Amino acid sequence: MMDKELKREIMLDHYNHPNNKQTVEDDSYRSVHNASESCIDDITVYMKASEDHIEDVKFDGVGCTICTASTDIMCDLVTGKSFEEAKAIIQEYYNMVDDKPFDEDALEEANAFDTLYQQANRIKCGTIGIHAIEELINEFEQ
Amino acid sequence: MFDVNKIRNDFPMIRNHPDLIYLDSGATSFKPQCVIDEVVKYYEWENANIHRGDYDISFRVSKIYDDTRKTVADFIGAERPECIVYTYGATSSLNTVAINAGKKFLQKGDVILTSQVEHASDILPWFKAAEASGAEIRYIPFDEHAVFNLDEYEKCFSDNRVKIVALPYVSNVMGYIYPVKEIVKIAHEHGALVSIDGAQAVPHLKVDVSDLDVDFLSFSSHKMLGPAGIGILYGKFDLLEQMDPIFYGGGSNARFYENGEIILQKTPEKFEAGTPCIEGVLGLRKAIEYLESIGMDEVMEYGIELSDYFIEKLEQLDNVEVYNRGSKAGIVTFNLKGIFAQDAASYFNRLGISVRTGNHCAKLLHHVIHVNETIRASMHIYNTKEEIDRFVDVIRDTTIEKCVDSVL
Repeated sequence: MMDKELKREIMLDHYNHPNNKQTVEDDSYRSVHNASESCIDDITVYMKASEDHIEDVKFDGVGCTICTASTDIMCDLVTGKSFEEAKAIIQEYYNMVDDKPFDEDALEEANAFDTLYQQANRIKCGTIGIHAIEELINEFEQ
Repeated sequence: MFDVNKIRNDFPMIRNHPDLIYLDSGATSFKPQCVIDEVVKYYEWENANIHRGDYDISFRVSKIYDDTRKTVADFIGAERPECIVYTYGATSSLNTVAINAGKKFLQKGDVILTSQVEHASDILPWFKAAEASGAEIRYIPFDEHAVFNLDEYEKCFSDNRVKIVALPYVSNVMGYIYPVKEIVKIAHEHGALVSIDGAQAVPHLKVDVSDLDVDFLSFSSHKMLGPAGIGILYGKFDLLEQMDPIFYGGGSNARFYENGEIILQKTPEKFEAGTPCIEGVLGLRKAIEYLESIGMDEVMEYGIELSDYFIEKLEQLDNVEVYNRGSKAGIVTFNLKGIFAQDAASYFNRLGISVRTGNHCAKLLHHVIHVNETIRASMHIYNTKEEIDRFVDVIRDTTIEKCVDSVL
């Protein structure tokens, strides 16, 4: 388990300096928009993929710390992965926020969210970008 | 004499959660014991459908149900009880007006005049009315503080195409009180009807529809200390007479025939098909009696006092930006500098403070104030200056690290 200081550092680092936050206007990317009615989080995720793996993921929009950091970290985690690998990582992430057993090693920095399940009102923040990434993978697979 | 401690004691939510600081009454208010007791009494002692005159219990409950129209009419200064339609809430009231306007009051080329500050419930129905009639939506220009300007408003009539004005009495995000009487006067001079969303106003202000001369006023019971599931549409009687029900069914018709002919009940019963929220009407009556026992002038004065006090305290802080300095109806909208609204609210929640964040259903407002998300603290008669002091102390010491820590 990560200690609290490290988790805070990871979250604020990805919130203040996200690696993957940018608007993409390149036709070779597909995009999915995901917004919540009950909160302000409003994210668009862009993905470029080959036949079976993810080449690049970016996102932009408006999000709170949890939404921004979780999306940014997941973009890092799935870039370069096959669709199968990426989906497995996302499943581990869902297990974590659902308070089910999960594989810590698969989630790397996303372990910063390992107590998010305790706050029902924030789980949506921590999954809004992830759902968009998952949706894009499904689109590419079809 | 306004005694907030005595008032607080009337609210079980406060008795049951003595340390909770509830600042989301703009979303829904707490209910006093007398309202809750009335709802429970209906189910325990008077549970019968209305207008089944064959037995005593139904007769008694029907009488209170019907008499409540007069209670509501008197409360808002309506000329007669027949101008009061029971709906499911402000949203259904506003839709009833807009759907009818789309069918009966608007034509292609007409203009529906509204604002980008509006709540979804007072914009989306008008989008549909525009679609149905070929009318178009026009937005009144606002300055960057979202303050309504009567001159800008009047200019919108210059081409004589405005046929409907749809505005709030009190803005649900900014808390500003609109000059409804002047708004109506100008609209009527140009032959336009005025529909006012009173959801945030009726709970806090003394409203007199006759004096204001509004054509329609919509509001919900649950924001004014009454039960949820019941709202009011006030309309001028001759306008209501011209309008059709949104729903058809039992209770709203007198006769119907095989050839499809329907003879509707009179106004307002023709609008009220199906078994209504009976306990809601009974509870609303108690809520009105409760508010009147305090006095709407006192309620309004206290709302202004709390708003002024809260804004003054917030403005002394370096880490806060307040967006609605002129708010008078218990709504204070702000952000902590450098902290996303929801992160702050989530931290406040951990400390027992309930506020709302986001765009507060006014998803076009950011075009005006250029801020996407805000924190809204909305108060009612049971809130205190001590609560504001406690909240301001928390805000002063709030950092992004503390906000993030609240989810770790």
